[in-house]
Amino acid sequence: MYARTIPIVPAAKGKDASFEYLTTRKDELIGWARKFSIFPYPFVTACCAMEFMAVSASPYDTDRFGAALPRFSPRQADLLMVVGTVTHKQAPVLLKVYEQMCEPKWVMAFGVCATSGGFYQNYAALPGIDKIIPVDIYIPGCPPRPEMVIDGIMQLQDQIARASHPIVTGKF
Amino acid sequence: MASPVFASLQERLVPAAGPAVLSHGLLAFTLAPAELLPTAQRLKTEFGFDVFLDVTAVDWLGQAPRFEVVHHFYSTAHKVRVRLKTRVGADDPSVDSLVPLYGSAAFMERECHDMYGIGFRGNDDLRPILLYEGFVGHPLRKDYPKTQEQPLVPYRS
Repeated sequence: MYARTIPIVPAAKGKDASFEYLTTRKDELIGWARKFSIFPYPFVTACCAMEFMAVSASPYDTDRFGAALPRFSPRQADLLMVVGTVTHKQAPVLLKVYEQMCEPKWVMAFGVCATSGGFYQNYAALPGIDKIIPVDIYIPGCPPRPEMVIDGIMQLQDQIARASHPIVTGKF
Repeated sequence: MASPVFASLQERLVPAAGPAVLSHGLLAFTLAPAELLPTAQRLKTEFGFDVFLDVTAVDWLGQAPRFEVVHHFYSTAHKVRVRLKTRVGADDPSVDSLVPLYGSAAFMERECHDMYGIGFRGNDDLRPILLYEGFVGHPLRKDYPKTQEQPLVPYRS
């Protein structure tokens, strides 16, 4: 489901047998490169942080997906992971962090509070970060199991691989 | 399990500080707003209640006086707590600040002012501490609508 078979064509008979080539589309090539180098920026605000640590550590190991090395500047990050409840007071900060990130960028709502506000519906809590910034992947759960996070990362990789990448122009 | 200090509190603070009841192991006084500062002063200097734990309020919507300001104190010498309850009306919901006695009261009074709109005479720094500038109303009052939001960032349509 997540992997795409890229045909490897062996060289024709009689030619140098060590020479092989592969065919692909430019979008696919860029997508393949990008999906394995998701540098996350963890915007961690609440108890989901514990689950974020669990999924980052060796038993689950997000490094297998190229998404392990957190960048502590949003300017160097590709994936904004919003982990935990965001309050109305924090919303301007989250928006500023999002706006500082360079394209291409993706956003993950980690946990039910970031997804929809969860069980909070009051004066304090923002009912889902998609009220203020676009979200690419939602991971519900309070907190989500590490398997759900890994599944979310893999689905995001799939999205990235299938997307068109504006870097690919006629000159490339 | 009453502490010996409670007996002397009962004897020397009542009736100035109003009636006292033992509630869950701590002594609770219900007193008039004018008695709050003198009673806290005596608790600190005479009885050794050296830790100011918290100040909060209760909104008895529909009753008069509407608000009940609740102070808690702890004594590190006697290892007991004391509670002071003061009723104030909705037209002027304010009591004297305890900042002159306990410096730590400043932050807690700011929070109480945020959530219930209780004024503290003598605390001149009642800026929002948990809420933000521009928030209208006091969210823990019973007449604040439960689901009313005041977003700082406009929602995406």
